[in-house]
Amino acid sequence: MLGVLLLAFSLVTIVHAELCRPDAQNAFKVRLSIKTALGDNAYSWDASEEYLFKAMVAFAMRRYSSKETTQLSNVLLCNMTERVSFWFVVTDSSRNVTTVPGSEVEAAIRMNRNRINGAFLLTDNTLQFLKISSTLSPPIEPNVPVWLIVFSVVAGLTVVGIAFLVVSGIWRRKKNNESVETEDLEDKYDTSVTIENGIPCDILDLKTGQINGVYTADDERFTPL
Amino acid sequence: MEKSRPLWDNPLQFVFACISYAVGLGNVWRFPYLCQMYGGGGFLIPYIIMLIVEGMPLLYLELAVGQQMRQGSIGAWKIISPYLSGVGIASVVVSFFLSMYYNVINAWAFWYLFHSFQDPLPWASCPLNSNRTGYDEECAKTTSTQYFWYRKTLNISSSIEENGNIQWEQAVCLILAWLVVYLCILRGTESTGKVVYITASLPYFVLLIYLIRGLTLHGAVNGLIYMFTPKLEQLANPKAWINAATQIFFSLGLGFGSLIAFASYNEPNNNCERHAIIVSLINSTTSIFASIVTFSIYGFKATFNYESCINKVILMLTNVFDLEEGSLTADNLDSMKNYLTSTYPNEYAELLPQVKNCSLEAELDTAVQGTGLAFIVYSEAIKNMEVSQLYSVLYFIMLLTLGIGSMLGNTAAILTPLTDSKFLSIHLPKEVISGIVCFINCIVGLVFTLEAGNYWFDIFNDYAATLSLLLIVLVETIAVCYVYGLRRFEKDLHLMIGHKPNWYWKIMWAFASPVLIVSLFIFYLTDYIRTGTLQYQAWDATEGQLVTKDYPTYALAVIGLLVAASTMCIPLTALIIFIMKRLKRNVDAEPWVMHLP
Repeated sequence: MLGVLLLAFSLVTIVHAELCRPDAQNAFKVRLSIKTALGDNAYSWDASEEYLFKAMVAFAMRRYSSKETTQLSNVLLCNMTERVSFWFVVTDSSRNVTTVPGSEVEAAIRMNRNRINGAFLLTDNTLQFLKISSTLSPPIEPNVPVWLIVFSVVAGLTVVGIAFLVVSGIWRRKKNNESVETEDLEDKYDTSVTIENGIPCDILDLKTGQINGVYTADDERFTPL
Repeated sequence: MEKSRPLWDNPLQFVFACISYAVGLGNVWRFPYLCQMYGGGGFLIPYIIMLIVEGMPLLYLELAVGQQMRQGSIGAWKIISPYLSGVGIASVVVSFFLSMYYNVINAWAFWYLFHSFQDPLPWASCPLNSNRTGYDEECAKTTSTQYFWYRKTLNISSSIEENGNIQWEQAVCLILAWLVVYLCILRGTESTGKVVYITASLPYFVLLIYLIRGLTLHGAVNGLIYMFTPKLEQLANPKAWINAATQIFFSLGLGFGSLIAFASYNEPNNNCERHAIIVSLINSTTSIFASIVTFSIYGFKATFNYESCINKVILMLTNVFDLEEGSLTADNLDSMKNYLTSTYPNEYAELLPQVKNCSLEAELDTAVQGTGLAFIVYSEAIKNMEVSQLYSVLYFIMLLTLGIGSMLGNTAAILTPLTDSKFLSIHLPKEVISGIVCFINCIVGLVFTLEAGNYWFDIFNDYAATLSLLLIVLVETIAVCYVYGLRRFEKDLHLMIGHKPNWYWKIMWAFASPVLIVSLFIFYLTDYIRTGTLQYQAWDATEGQLVTKDYPTYALAVIGLLVAASTMCIPLTALIIFIMKRLKRNVDAEPWVMHLP
């Protein structure tokens, strides 16, 4: 009895060792960077964390295939290093000693990546499943590009400024023209009736001029030597 | 009665206008590059010597000519000698070429400014590829800032032959840039005089903020030490002296006619000697100030990249050898590498090509100048700062004010001669002439918004102004000293500012500056001839880096045309005037001939 048990146990271990080893078929390498992500709040990786990992992978498989067949014992971890990195496979209990195809595992992990990350307080960069590419989230794009809004504001201000200057220039020029015109009109009125010292000019004989007696009386304009 | 010439409201506006024009993008992006290439702190020696020998005298000369003749460049040289009005025309042509391509830089600055209002900044990370499993291919090969510049901003094609379509986003930014310039020059000195208060002072404000921020950045000290350690052996390199002379020359904006235009709006008794010294000193001081800022930013960027490189190596080694997290640090990296080589020789040997040797020196040595520095390096440094949006907005507003300040000078150089000419100013008001000039420049400038536009931009940047300006300034100096006469010029200056120029100015004008310009001219010509075919840097999207290519023949033809268009104006106009005078003399002489028995 004991011998049979021992045999079975050793068989299982050997089988496990064969199923889960680096670069095995359908095996994936996982790498965690806990200190990078959490700094001082980093937790240490121990057997309980491994248990949680197995639980999360089993959860992911259950969600993906929606048949409640994957058990904790189906997830095998091996080759734990100090880095914290290890390999894992998911075995299929319905078919003995085989592993679930890698594509299924990959799809399951991808579907539930956020949940798995959240359980470990890590991100896609710090909890890496090598060979499983993550879907990067695109940056948030607003409906109207921001630059167009700022551009429209600046362009609007500039156009308003130009229009204001041009219009005020035209208005100023018109006012100048009007005042020049009114000056011309006043000149015209003046020439029609030019008054000089109360005497209308047309009466004066412009050819001969008006002689001012005060000055012409004085013949001696130069002082004699 | 003749309309009186518009004047600056006060001499301060004139000084600000000159500073705003002279202090431009070249101070921010060319001088730091030259400092780095030619011996760090030691470069200041040839720079200051050239400033004294060449910069100040030539600046004083141009300001004095403008203030004395009270006309734009064409009118001013016509007064000195009718045969020399070609010099003025050449200045206008060169200014025209300059304003065509210079405003494109303002368009790019607007583009980056508008994109600075996002969180995170769009050049901070690569966009995702189509099935969202990784980053875009081109972006992964190069940095995200280079990708944003070459792909998102320029959408550059792989060579100058492939013209592509007009990028509507760039075209729209260019139109906006021209509208802003039009707004500033619309009313002539009335509007320009107010705008230059802002365009002259705002850059200093921003540079000061950046100086404080830059000096407090991690790793800034590395950049400053690198820049200021003088490598005096570079002084023996003639290229250092030539580049110092060229930098002073172009930085002050001599020969474009802008300084003559600005000075023509001065009061006749304005002390232009004092202003010339002030403007040239401020220009050089700003260059040095800007290079301190640039090098602290450089140091920060280089240190950041160096530390990321080290971290990448650490991560790779940790992952491959499954070591405990945190066991490899920057300090023990070398000893751990030795340990790993001895313990796992085979795996380490396989890994060796990927283990990069990170070097801070190599990062600092990557010298960049021109648009690369302003848009790629600075945006890369900014994205790593905290509150990056604020610094980004400040920086691009500074670039804009620098650029628009220089554009005001460029357009003044074109518009002043046009508005001075009786023919145009009778038929069209000033606003319409400015509008037409801006419109023509804008339409031609759309060429630079094509996919290959940046290659055409480089052609204009490298060849439109360089040789022609040297020739123009040479002819100017010789004209004033020998055609107009140095004594006559001295007397005019005595009338204007109250004292004669002392022996220093006279020696520089008559001998030192012409000799220097001739030697620069000879150097450039021999350099062009020696290098044979001209080449340019093209962006290779598949490799994610720049490659050197030869210019096709039609591009070489355009280069030749650019240089010829401005330089040929001088002899051609002299010839035409000579012929016209001959004809007029023959026509006038005939009645006399007939009277002779």
